[in-house]
Amino acid sequence: MSTLALELSYWQESVLRTVGVLLAVLLPAGTLVYVFLFKMMSFMQSRLGPMEAGPYGSMQLLAEVGKWIQKEDIRPWRADKRLFALAPYIVVASVFLIYAGVPFGPDAVFADLDTGIFYVLAVSSISVLGILIAGWSSANKYSLLGGLRAAGQLIAYELPMVLAVVGVVIQAGTLNMQGIVAAQADGEIFGFGGIGNPYVITQFVGFFIFLVAMQAELTQTPFDMPVAESELVSGYMTEYSGMRFLLFFIAEFASAGAFAAVAATLFLGGWSLPGVDLDANWMNVVGPLVLLAKIMVVSFLVFWVRFTYPRFREDQLQQLAWKVLIPLSLVNILATMALKVAW
Amino acid sequence: MTAVTERQQLAYVDAQAADARVNVELQTEEGMVLNLGPQHPATHGTLRVTAKLDGEQVVWADVVPGYMHRGYEKLTEVRTYPQITTLINRIDWLGSFANEVPFILAAEQLMDIEAPPRARHIRTILFEMARVANIVLFLGDLGVQLGAVTPAFFAFRDREHVLDQIESVTGGRFHPNFDRIGGLKDDLPKGWVADTKAVMVRIRNFCDEIEALLFGNEIFEARTRGVGVIPAEVGMSYGLTGANIRASGVDWDLRRDANPGLAHNEVDFRVWTHPDGDSFARCWVRLQETREATKIIDQLCDGLPGGPIMAKVPRIIKVPAGEAYVATENPLGVMGYYVVSKGDLGPFRTKIRSASFSNVSICPWLLRGVYVPDIITILASLYFILGDIDR
Repeated sequence: MSTLALELSYWQESVLRTVGVLLAVLLPAGTLVYVFLFKMMSFMQSRLGPMEAGPYGSMQLLAEVGKWIQKEDIRPWRADKRLFALAPYIVVASVFLIYAGVPFGPDAVFADLDTGIFYVLAVSSISVLGILIAGWSSANKYSLLGGLRAAGQLIAYELPMVLAVVGVVIQAGTLNMQGIVAAQADGEIFGFGGIGNPYVITQFVGFFIFLVAMQAELTQTPFDMPVAESELVSGYMTEYSGMRFLLFFIAEFASAGAFAAVAATLFLGGWSLPGVDLDANWMNVVGPLVLLAKIMVVSFLVFWVRFTYPRFREDQLQQLAWKVLIPLSLVNILATMALKVAW
Repeated sequence: MTAVTERQQLAYVDAQAADARVNVELQTEEGMVLNLGPQHPATHGTLRVTAKLDGEQVVWADVVPGYMHRGYEKLTEVRTYPQITTLINRIDWLGSFANEVPFILAAEQLMDIEAPPRARHIRTILFEMARVANIVLFLGDLGVQLGAVTPAFFAFRDREHVLDQIESVTGGRFHPNFDRIGGLKDDLPKGWVADTKAVMVRIRNFCDEIEALLFGNEIFEARTRGVGVIPAEVGMSYGLTGANIRASGVDWDLRRDANPGLAHNEVDFRVWTHPDGDSFARCWVRLQETREATKIIDQLCDGLPGGPIMAKVPRIIKVPAGEAYVATENPLGVMGYYVVSKGDLGPFRTKIRSASFSNVSICPWLLRGVYVPDIITILASLYFILGDIDR
């Protein structure tokens, strides 16, 4: 942060970081809920969605949050008290940790790690722990089934996701998230450098695998076995209500935003704009907006699929991961390596 | 021995169970018993399915109906004949008019009255509209059961038009209570026929939409094909009727085979069957049935005869002593009323044979060995209305 025009003391920087990460988590989450869950879903289902609270129902979100906060906090008598209370915080915390590694501008990054993408993928799987704890501690059979399904699914789809990223890493030659953004902005496609080289063009297989794995990691519809509403009532969330449910709900959409941010950084060029100097100071302000726009594009795909498809069965879901996506991503890595050496 | 209050004792037992519950039940050889219902999103009401699980596989399953039993058979004994239609409307609440028809036909058979041709036609139109209203909702709900929310909204949107048409004739959206012994309460309103034909076009479009959205979806096929296969002879031995047995390849439809007094013999329609007998086949047969029903309604609207809508019926209806059984092909399957009259204002005894009760009875046989997600697929594809199970 010291390269910003103004010099900040340590505590000022800390406050800025805290406010920033809260914004980074809550703002995309709220936008996704309103734009996609409330409005796009409604239009797809030939209805209007919320219209009463504020213009076009835009204040509905506040109403919902207010409602959840007011609700009685119900805890099943047989639940494991401490773990039951802890679980939603673990899930939310993993989202904060993901955002910590995502760059928003040349200097607007919470932690510029050398192995940034490695770190992001590692912390993204912490939420599994929270979900398992939630499923186990609720003392409810539906929750237990949901928690175990979630664990099986998230572990299975972690692999294709990592393998899809390997292709990007090979092409960029760095694990640093800023480095990957720079590599895309400075790259060129067959000698044409006008739009840089967003890896969605060369790594389209990786992008596809990443999107599918992301859908599964987010437990969005074709892969929503862990919360399968018509089977497991609400899966691991069945016994949660009020504030704790709200935390799960925020985590669901915030992590949709976080994964979309990672996908945008890896495949769509991150915060950079084509033809703009990467070190320009004003990109610290515009960069986050550019990234938000790209997040919206990626999560549009996620939610589009979510509102259209029926869900897989557990075994079909595992088959897709192990028999299709993982071999495909391995082939993708081999092809990337071969081409990297050839050029 | 110290005196322990009942409350303390219960608390102790409960605490013991709390410590042991999840762990022990998972570790025992018999597996874990999962109660699907009575309050569960997949049971359309208060059906309870107990399933003993080994992991996610069902070792055995049983259906426990009766949470919504309303005693309609007994209630018919203390009602007069015209009052009974109000009750039996509530059996299959999505296709209400179709419930009234077999009872009225049985009463007419006992009284030796025949409804005039126009009444018979309108009756058949409303009968088929009840089928459309019912099965359109099934097609939408199918998506919800399998995880796709969107089709349900399409179904509610288009069913509304059918309900509007039913309402403009009968005055009731859900419970028309329109059929009378000897005919109908009223004639059709002006312009109704043209409106209905427009609605039928909408419904056919809806069927195309659902076919593209759900039936053409690979995940849907993967979830339903080969799941819950009912061989024809097993289905027949459990008394399955309607689309459930036709999906097993049994070409049997009371509308065509044993027309008890509706106008189905005057129209041209096809009875669809499917050789597979799995969940996909059951859903597919229902989809085709909806299309056929719209065609039946179109044909009947074209050839609507004139004349009265009510036969000569005494003002106070007393049914002569005797017994009659009339069954019709209702949206959910065969529905029959066995009416015993002793010459009073109301029946002496009524036995209601409702389709869902028999259709669900195959569940213990069918659910053995499937996975938890397949329970939902199978229950959805068997398609029951809870009011039709617990009369």
